[in-house]
Amino acid sequence: MSAPTRARTPRSDVSRRRFLGYLVAAPTLVVAAELGRQQLFAPPGASAAAIPSPPQVADVYDLLDAIRDSSRPTANLVRVEVNRDGTVSFALPRSDNGQGIVTSTAMIIAEEMDLDPSQVIVTLADSRPELVFNQLTGGSSTTFSTYTPIRVAAALAKGRLLDAAAHLLGQDVDTLTSRAGLITGAGGSAIPFGELTEAAASDVTREVQVALKPREDFQVIGTSRTKSDARAIVTGKKEFIADLKVPDALPTLICRGPNLNSAPLGVANADEVRAMPGVTDVVVVSTGVAVRARTYGQAVDAVNALRVRWDAGTIEGEDDESILAKVRAAELPLAVPSVPGETVEGEFAFYFRSSSALETNTAIADVRDGKATIWTSLKIPITVQYDIAEQLGLPVNAVTIHIIQGGGSFGRRLFGDAAKEAAEISQKIGKPVKLIWSRADDSRQGRVHPLATSRIRAVVAGESVVSFEQRHTSVACDFGHGFGDAVTAAAAKAPLGQVGVAEAIWELTQNTPYDFGVQTRTLSEVDMRFNTGSMRNVYSPDVGTARDLIVDRIAAKMGKDSYEFRREFLRNDAMRAVLDKVAEEGNWGRSMKDGTAQGLGFHVEYKSFAACLVEIDCRPETVGREIREARTGPRVTKVVFASDSGLVINPLGYKAQIMGGINDAIAMTLTSGLHLTDGHFVEASWDNYFYTRQWNTPPEMDIFIVDNERPEPGGVGELAVAPTCGAIACAYARATGTVPEYFPIMHKDPLPFEPYPTVPPIPPSPTNGLELAR
Amino acid sequence: MSTHTFTLNGERVSVEVEDDVRLLWVLRDVLGVTGPKYGCGINVCKACTSHVNGKAFNPCATPVSALSESDEVTTIEGLADGDDLHPMQQAWIDKDVAQCGYCQPGQIMAAVALVRRCKEEGRKIDDAALDEIRNICRCGTYNRIREAIKAGADAM
Repeated sequence: MSAPTRARTPRSDVSRRRFLGYLVAAPTLVVAAELGRQQLFAPPGASAAAIPSPPQVADVYDLLDAIRDSSRPTANLVRVEVNRDGTVSFALPRSDNGQGIVTSTAMIIAEEMDLDPSQVIVTLADSRPELVFNQLTGGSSTTFSTYTPIRVAAALAKGRLLDAAAHLLGQDVDTLTSRAGLITGAGGSAIPFGELTEAAASDVTREVQVALKPREDFQVIGTSRTKSDARAIVTGKKEFIADLKVPDALPTLICRGPNLNSAPLGVANADEVRAMPGVTDVVVVSTGVAVRARTYGQAVDAVNALRVRWDAGTIEGEDDESILAKVRAAELPLAVPSVPGETVEGEFAFYFRSSSALETNTAIADVRDGKATIWTSLKIPITVQYDIAEQLGLPVNAVTIHIIQGGGSFGRRLFGDAAKEAAEISQKIGKPVKLIWSRADDSRQGRVHPLATSRIRAVVAGESVVSFEQRHTSVACDFGHGFGDAVTAAAAKAPLGQVGVAEAIWELTQNTPYDFGVQTRTLSEVDMRFNTGSMRNVYSPDVGTARDLIVDRIAAKMGKDSYEFRREFLRNDAMRAVLDKVAEEGNWGRSMKDGTAQGLGFHVEYKSFAACLVEIDCRPETVGREIREARTGPRVTKVVFASDSGLVINPLGYKAQIMGGINDAIAMTLTSGLHLTDGHFVEASWDNYFYTRQWNTPPEMDIFIVDNERPEPGGVGELAVAPTCGAIACAYARATGTVPEYFPIMHKDPLPFEPYPTVPPIPPSPTNGLELAR
Repeated sequence: MSTHTFTLNGERVSVEVEDDVRLLWVLRDVLGVTGPKYGCGINVCKACTSHVNGKAFNPCATPVSALSESDEVTTIEGLADGDDLHPMQQAWIDKDVAQCGYCQPGQIMAAVALVRRCKEEGRKIDDAALDEIRNICRCGTYNRIREAIKAGADAM
């Protein structure tokens, strides 16, 4: 990896326009700024395609008057508080599952207040219904949507502290300097923030205008900073949900049925299982039979001992090919007729992939005495808070959701699947529970990236592409999490609402970066009662793979090099700058051995431009590597990635997101498919579902940040997946001479494992751990 | 239930629990030692990787009754020497390896054992050695893990 590089473009004008913030009445200094609609949904100069946002936002927002409970003028705000010990506190209404937004948020506040980031304490806010759709972590939107409001609050705080110091020191405010939480006046007298916070406090709440620090003065933003919880992680002290010591919240597990979404019809031996060692409770719930026990292992044993009658689930008898046939039958026709000799077309199938994180779906719930307290990891907690209140028959304000940092998300934490189940179990047995999904359930019953097809037809005339049509058809993707408010969630659950939200997400995320004449992109979805959700990068990995493969074929038809063709047809120079970077750094076009090749991918999303160059090795000696219970196959040996996301807060965290996206793309394209057989998914283990492992990851990876000096941060959390998928697919096609027609490419290869049974549902723990010590 | 005694992170511990309960649950649910994580329970994901008598092993696959009084179990919590981090932990921080951090205790314990084993066998920490690691990281931090292991090995 290398330092950021700069494209030769004149820097944007940084205006000193003023922003509105609030002083909040409090004994110590508390300032706030609106986590605003204008920043999230209609930023100045925003491209219509770049940021996934709720549909018809203005309409939705007006409708919210009906449920608005934010009577206080400052309820819709994020607050920065200056503590008496000189630290600054901020509760981020977002969910960190490894993205590093806690670290980058501390950097943003530190920058504006001239602090060291270690002096800023960032925590994750509890569910706050009054924030309406401003408590959403998704669509790679966090930094883009919070950057300005947080700066406004921080700038206001610093201004108040300076004013208070000037008053105390009897000096003009312009003579003071602020550094690391200490304000120093002429003559060297200094006062720490902690001693100023009471004097700077306001006894009334009022609006104040403030200017932000100009970019040329930045000391913290744009510098690399390691994660704030790095030491806690490497010493085992970072606490995930299951690590919390909530009194009496004993390990709890649900026995689930053999088919997808099988519901329990009856239990033959509940009393017998209740008498097993460690077991405290056995209770039938809507999704299975819950067991609570002293240890998780005893709960596993009890679950496997249960004899339960099940219904057939929601997709009885279905398999990969039967679902694929139904999706194909729902494909919309292409509008432009196929013209012999002038048309490049292709159709690609994408099988189900799992969004399972390493931490399985987990939640602690304590539902007693007319109130519910939940500890879980959620990206849109407000919707879940409403759902749980309704499910339990409690008022919304009797439900508290504490947001705990998650062990990965990849789309799973958009939904409160474990939280809702834990609440149901706790209410039924009247005791706290710590519900931890088993790995097998998380893989077989958890949410998936929907199976889809993507069909493209391009009409080429001489040196031009006159039309480019893409028809994406998919098993329905569940957006029932809404966008943090009851109205869009309810709309998504309504019979036609789902179509509207999915279409809107499609329109707001999909964007062909090339000048290809008449372009149409449509999405059609077929609801088949799968448990789906927006896995990292939603539709784009599949859409991008199909597009890059067809782009390569159009280039070939015109007799052009893949890089030169993309370069010529990209819409602007900023896009060309990132493509040029990978071509140059990756030595595009170098001579490669037979069976190995390079490939290019390009993608625009989240106000970011990204290009990827990969090298793949498809030679028999590589493909045939033998590792027990593993997918080896073609190896991506090198990845060169370049992207321009505008202002980058923390280059180290930014590159970490890119690296994760690259490793996701390797799995998505080559190895990691779920196999649907006879109404259930086969995979029950990480040695069944082949996410990228050390033996698949590229030995060489170079990630470059291209800086065009755009003033605002774009999104990066999902950015790397689609262009890397496209690059790998193109490299594979070039290395093997065969354009793949389905993904993952190894999906139909023989399974290198014996599938676990579905009854009993959980593979038992081995006993030979000591013998395998090495 | 019976009593099981072993050494955990340098201290002698005794627990009352059924013989067949796997050590992972004894650590997490009985003793409150939560550094080793649950990721699969079948010795596949390796998120619980710890050391027994200096070698990497997986508590999810080890009945507590398999331990004898002389066995020394080290979890991630026992790897540092007080406030002085183990070189591998320091390398993890220096390379900013972690994203969510869930798998990282197991990754670090596996890395330390891998380096010890390679040194004993006179092998280098090369790509082939690193490809042997089975610990899964769903955040995809693999390439930083590889860099950190090489740096940590040099300092061990």
